[in-house]
Amino acid sequence: MTLKPVAVLGYGNPSRGDDALAPLLLEHIQQKLNKHLIPDCFDLIDDFQLQIEHTLDMQGRSQILFIDASMNAKEPFEFSRIHAAQDDSISSHALSPVALLSVYEQVHHEPAPSAFLIAIPGYRFELGEALSPKAEANLHQAVEFCDQILINTDLAYWNSCLPA
Amino acid sequence: MTNISDIEIDRLETAQQSEGLRRIAIDPVSRVEGHGKVTLLLDENDKVQQARLHIVEFRGFEKFIQGRPYWELPVLVQRLCGICPVSHHLAAGKAIDQLVGVDELTPTADKVRRLMHFGQLLQSHALHFFHLCSPDLLFGINSSVAERNVVGVLNAHPELAKQGVLLRKFGQEVIRVTAGKRIHGSSAVPGGVNKSLNKEERDYLLKDMDQMIEWSLAAVATSKSLFMQDLQYSRDFARIQTHMMSLTGKNGEMDIYHGGLRVKTVDGNTLLDQVDYRDYNKHIHEQVKPWSYMKFPYLTALGKKEGAYRVGPLARLNVCDSINTELAEAARIDFRAFADGGMVQSTLAYHWARMIELLHCAEGIRDLLHDDDILGTDLVVKGEMRSRGIGVIEAPRGTLFHDYDINEDGLVTRANLIVSTTSNNRAMNQSVRRVAADLLDGREVTEPLLNQIEVSIRAYDPCLSCATHALGKMPLEIELLDAEGKRVHRLIKDSKGQLSE
Repeated sequence: MTLKPVAVLGYGNPSRGDDALAPLLLEHIQQKLNKHLIPDCFDLIDDFQLQIEHTLDMQGRSQILFIDASMNAKEPFEFSRIHAAQDDSISSHALSPVALLSVYEQVHHEPAPSAFLIAIPGYRFELGEALSPKAEANLHQAVEFCDQILINTDLAYWNSCLPA
Repeated sequence: MTNISDIEIDRLETAQQSEGLRRIAIDPVSRVEGHGKVTLLLDENDKVQQARLHIVEFRGFEKFIQGRPYWELPVLVQRLCGICPVSHHLAAGKAIDQLVGVDELTPTADKVRRLMHFGQLLQSHALHFFHLCSPDLLFGINSSVAERNVVGVLNAHPELAKQGVLLRKFGQEVIRVTAGKRIHGSSAVPGGVNKSLNKEERDYLLKDMDQMIEWSLAAVATSKSLFMQDLQYSRDFARIQTHMMSLTGKNGEMDIYHGGLRVKTVDGNTLLDQVDYRDYNKHIHEQVKPWSYMKFPYLTALGKKEGAYRVGPLARLNVCDSINTELAEAARIDFRAFADGGMVQSTLAYHWARMIELLHCAEGIRDLLHDDDILGTDLVVKGEMRSRGIGVIEAPRGTLFHDYDINEDGLVTRANLIVSTTSNNRAMNQSVRRVAADLLDGREVTEPLLNQIEVSIRAYDPCLSCATHALGKMPLEIELLDAEGKRVHRLIKDSKGQLSE
């Protein structure tokens, strides 16, 4: 299987309310790929949480796009450039994207690929809950944004899409 | 270490008089899955009067499952826990075999499921040892907190840390190949599996096999060496005396996928053996306590007070008579010799036992990959429908029970799950109390001392919650409150583990 230049890592539990935001956005991107509406440049990786072995999925990529539900992000979503850093998650079963980038650099002894994060606000995360209406509205806007940035994988283009 | 008896340790569950005591909370406990909280009540002389490990999230597993069609269960239950979805997948798979009246799978189905299960244990144990507990073991619990994390291990022991990454990845590749996908696999279906392996998949896994066994063997040596380097400490730290339970095969051999329930008592005598796990609720009851969402299971034959038991790697190594892979069996004999054939009760021995299981899983994967049954096409057996299905496996953290009733439409009307960490609930609480009594009593509370409490919990590799992990949900702070709950002092651990107010 040929490695695609961009890995999209969306993570969350589809059965825990708004934690499903990232898996749902990945589903949308997969449909776009299936219909050839975006370039065939993306490997989509779905998981419950980020962990050390995802550094192996990141190797050989030019860019990484992380997607997650967030309790802190501003509505309707935040798109940001992220860099390797150690945080509290470094000692847990679920790494944050910046901690994962840090582990990548330690494991592979090279700078991590350029990385971006789409953080979509979520509000409720209980087992068995459906997506909340507010999260669904945020998701719609994140979908539209993804449609816009995924037509072009050029790093300068993604940088230009960052908020001022 | 003090000579406080286990009876006195149990008294620390509830303070005789809580008024005027100082409260310390470790919230959340780090390097464990989920959200746990430890509270200590200290008197004016810093003597521990009460120590509890709380589970602060109600999980509602059973409610989530009720009303669902039975055939969806193996896929549905994977969403209960993002850390061990395969364990729930296989336990539910075994339960629905019962529901469709199947007591024995085809050799292909049985071996493909076993292969997946070996992969699950391998990747889970690798993460825990190499990245979650090794910082404490390699650097010492009194080392700098900035060093005591996975990045510290990557810096100081890069080869070891990388082996951990690759062992975990290999285990997950075994899961992907057997389940058909990395997560949300649908391999286990009523009465069997929906896919076997092809030769390309087998050869793909085999190419790294020897390396994985070599690293696993080295991990056993490392874990033993770390245990032995300060034997007195390893032997006594958080040491409690409990009964132990696991499944074993017909000849008493370790069997993590199927077998009868065996319980060995504190003194090594066999209390239960080859008990049909479908009768589990005759032998295990669960006690509810008002201060925790997690129940406290106990052996009915011994009662609430005396019937607590442990599960997981330490229990499995103590309970079984043999391991059917050569290198792991040699390691088991060495492990048991440490206690002169008696029960190894040291809580820190969990790590050593876990690595022996890692080796067993690597060898087990190799043996199954060389077995042509995994390439077979006879995948499913059919039977007569039943109204109740019970599936039990040995998950990474211990014995896992799934029990379902269904109605005539095939919808679940009742579900009962006993997850491994629940079985270890009382033991973890006892370990916390032991550390609190041995190390905190009458001394100033410091971060390394508090970390020792966390070390005692981490030995069990508890899965306290499920995988809700949205950004911003992982604070780590320690609060000191007075008896009225008013905050007197707060410490926050920053990204490098440094404490600030």
